[in-house]
Amino acid sequence: MIHAEGLTKRFGDTTAVDGLSLDVKDGEIFGFLGPNGAGKTTTVRMLSSLISKTSGTAVVAGCEVGRPADELRLRQQIGLLPENVGLYEGSSAYQNLEYFGRLYGLDERTLRENIERLLRLLELWEKRDVPVSTFSKGMKQKVAIARALIHDPVLLFLDEPTANLDPEASKTVRDFILSLKKEKRTIFLNTHHLDEAERVCDRVGVLRTRLLTVGSPQELKSRLWGSRTVARVDRIPAGFVEALRTRLAPRKLEVSGDSVLVDVQDADRENPEIAAAILALGGRLRQLTQLSPSLEDVYLKLVHEDGGSAA
Amino acid sequence: MRLAQAWIVTQHDLGLLRRRRSVFGALVALPLGVGVGFPLLVRYILETSKSMPPGTLENLLGAFAFWFVIAAATLPVSIASYSLVGEKIEKSLEPLLATPTTDSEILFGKVLAALLPTLLAVWAGSAIFMALCDRIVASRLGAFYYPNVPMLVMLFALVPLTCLVAVELAVIVSSRVSDVRSAQQISGLLFLPFLLLYITAEIGAITLDTTTMLYLAGLFAAAALALFYSSRRIFGREEILTRWK
Repeated sequence: MIHAEGLTKRFGDTTAVDGLSLDVKDGEIFGFLGPNGAGKTTTVRMLSSLISKTSGTAVVAGCEVGRPADELRLRQQIGLLPENVGLYEGSSAYQNLEYFGRLYGLDERTLRENIERLLRLLELWEKRDVPVSTFSKGMKQKVAIARALIHDPVLLFLDEPTANLDPEASKTVRDFILSLKKEKRTIFLNTHHLDEAERVCDRVGVLRTRLLTVGSPQELKSRLWGSRTVARVDRIPAGFVEALRTRLAPRKLEVSGDSVLVDVQDADRENPEIAAAILALGGRLRQLTQLSPSLEDVYLKLVHEDGGSAA
Repeated sequence: MRLAQAWIVTQHDLGLLRRRRSVFGALVALPLGVGVGFPLLVRYILETSKSMPPGTLENLLGAFAFWFVIAAATLPVSIASYSLVGEKIEKSLEPLLATPTTDSEILFGKVLAALLPTLLAVWAGSAIFMALCDRIVASRLGAFYYPNVPMLVMLFALVPLTCLVAVELAVIVSSRVSDVRSAQQISGLLFLPFLLLYITAEIGAITLDTTTMLYLAGLFAAAALALFYSSRRIFGREEILTRWK
């Protein structure tokens, strides 16, 4: 659905996005993570042909980004939810959707059907004629999502869809994004809510001007952080740690109080081995637990490691 | 350019205009005020100055009619400023630009939304003005004074061109400010040269005849063309998303 190769955007002397190469598959929810100013919004704007690229190539929904002949066809196939909802506050939800539906060239019947379907789905049908200025942030976000979907796009760009929303509204939006996945829509989700990315996305990319890594949340966690087993041992006999280190080599092993921490690759396979080694060396094992990093740990590690080199 | 796509933008903006009472009020009040107020003033002047020569009366009518050009320079500024700065305030330009609509279609749609109601209001006001003036001055001049060539040149050449210049100026100014009032105040400076022309005509330094109207129309056509290129460049999606304040 999206194929980018060396996509770069410079504003004067500032490089906003540097050599982004990326593939997003059909029907996938792809999360784009990065701190503020990392270039996430610029990337979305480039991919949706809102702004030009400085160099590189990108093909989105079969359309070449930056090729004038493909520009309108590309915009017809994508839906965009910008960071600021950008609704006409004095107009009703229905009027907002009607205007955009017309701009997307929907005939009157399809337009009416789509508006009703989306507003019912987002539980806003009863309030369709109320000015959106009276809506809560969550309701406005729902209208903006409906607007992005009014023409049934195959690809949806969501730029920080839950920013500034309360937890309940965030959950509603997240659930809606997941429901879109069932419709086999491709979603490109910009976010810095890592738990959101972990819950919703099939794969994530971490951007800090440059793309630092791409993979599924699970993959990234095990690839970049691995996993750690913590064994709480009641009695640590003399020479126990050295002997255990030898037995479990080449695994990294640390001792903190009554806990022995062992870095593992495959916990299911290695934990019985660790338990057996502790018992064999005379330790009394009280508890064996698995520490798994969150996506946040992985993200912070990546972003901090890159801190010195990135803009 | 697809006119149908631009027309969707125009219809939407006209819908928003109906809800902005102050702008809509001015749109009705100014041309109506000129259209009714000046003929009443002419009647008063004729009643108090029984011996006014026909030439002076014609100059006076021409100068008063010039207020329709001033209205054309003022009214679309409010509409265009609300339209563009309003979109900036509501941050609705980005989703609009993401639709399969070209920058030119959006700009043309917005220009039309400012031009059409202004032209309708000015033309309606001038029709009232001409009808009332004819009723008042026919006995003094011995014939209906309106419609005449200078008035037609003014209404169908100078007024539309002035509107266009005002809207283009409002587009340029709106891209640089972030509140409607500032946009209106800066764009409103366009009012000054017209006021100067009006005063010059009132004191008899120039006559607002067909030749003067055609010269002014030519000048405004050149200004409209120059501003068109500036406003089109400024109303580019990249410019809007990355440089507009």
